[in-house]
Amino acid sequence: MSYFTKSPWLVHYDGSSCNGCDIEVLACLTPLYDVERFGIVNTGNPKHADIFLVTGGVNTQNLSVVKQIYEQMPKPNVVVAVGTCACSGGVFRECYNMLGGMDKAIPVDVYVPGCAARPESIIDGVVKALGILEEKAKQLALAKGKGEEA
Amino acid sequence: MSIMSIVSAVLYLLLAPFVGGILAGVDRIISARMQRRMGPPLLQPFYDFLKLWDKEKQEVNPAQGWYIGGFLLFVVLSGVIFFGQGDLLLVIFTLTIASVLFVMAAYCSNSPFSQVAAQRELAQAMAYEPMMLLVAIGFYLQCGSFTVGDVLHAPTLSILRMPGIFLGMIFIFLIKFRKSPFDVSMSHEVHQELIQGMVTEFSGRTLALIELAHWYENIFLLGFVYLFFGAACPLAPVCGLVACALVYFLMILVDNCCSRVKWQSLVRSAWVITIILGFGNVVYLMIFR
Repeated sequence: MSYFTKSPWLVHYDGSSCNGCDIEVLACLTPLYDVERFGIVNTGNPKHADIFLVTGGVNTQNLSVVKQIYEQMPKPNVVVAVGTCACSGGVFRECYNMLGGMDKAIPVDVYVPGCAARPESIIDGVVKALGILEEKAKQLALAKGKGEEA
Repeated sequence: MSIMSIVSAVLYLLLAPFVGGILAGVDRIISARMQRRMGPPLLQPFYDFLKLWDKEKQEVNPAQGWYIGGFLLFVVLSGVIFFGQGDLLLVIFTLTIASVLFVMAAYCSNSPFSQVAAQRELAQAMAYEPMMLLVAIGFYLQCGSFTVGDVLHAPTLSILRMPGIFLGMIFIFLIKFRKSPFDVSMSHEVHQELIQGMVTEFSGRTLALIELAHWYENIFLLGFVYLFFGAACPLAPVCGLVACALVYFLMILVDNCCSRVKWQSLVRSAWVITIILGFGNVVYLMIFR
């Protein structure tokens, strides 16, 4: 049995967001929403995290940072793009320095739209991500089993 | 070595991870309630442990795993000596080796976060070691022996003549349990100034082993609290267990009430407490035998 769905730890990174979504992400930790009920912990350390919660779009300056955080996370991991900017670039899409949504830098698993995304929809997005995480964990275990046989 | 001591050492070896994990779960629930939150399920630390066990192996430096293995081994060893009713001095020295190995593990990587945290951990060790030694010396002066078995069968409750040493020990336990205001080198709380301090560069199974070592460590630190209530009287064990529970609750309460201090004030306050309460009590024990 996999315990990934029971103990998802997140790392949160603010790309080039206006901080609206970041405040809503932090709102999830407050007594009203209290995501720790589901074992969710905001670790602030990519090496401990299972879920990469990213807000804001990707531009030429934060491209390397986003990629580095993603690469430092041990597998299995999932990426949740929170907010319109992270999904598509939002109102900043046409700016000269913008590359677009987060999927221009790293593979995104769940898109949470909204400007700013509501805490309820962020939690919903994370719960959706847990299903994907479970699936990825299974595939990883299968691949590992095959590797050991061969 | 009696049969009793072997049984209690084996029981510690087998049960401490479960009791320690449940205590960690209780800690998280009580902390959440103090912040008006629901908190995670009681078994959450075990879910975390099992999840970390299944994560991908990622090592910054292969030596990390060896040092952490040694850390776990020496923590367990010091607990086994303690519950096997061995020598208190030996317990304290074995525990020091464990913490040195943990610091070495943190020094393994080039990450500035874990480097700074490792230095802070050394400063912490400097702050709490004198008090730990005074605890052992106090028990020797009170009971005439360094052996845990003899302390447990003392004619009177040790705490009646060693209240200063007891309070001093509780003070440094805030450092050992890694609770605010003294969680300068690492902490379970999010976004401290050093990310996660000493454990920043650990992931997967090594991180799970560190958690396991902390569960073992917490149980036998509470054993020290129990030792102060060891006496031939039949009510003493009840007093001891109640005291352990109260001390653990106090740790959580202080953790939730305080903000982190600088390491300088940590060392200063720990030494002042050690000199006034610990050393003062030792002088008292030496004069009034």
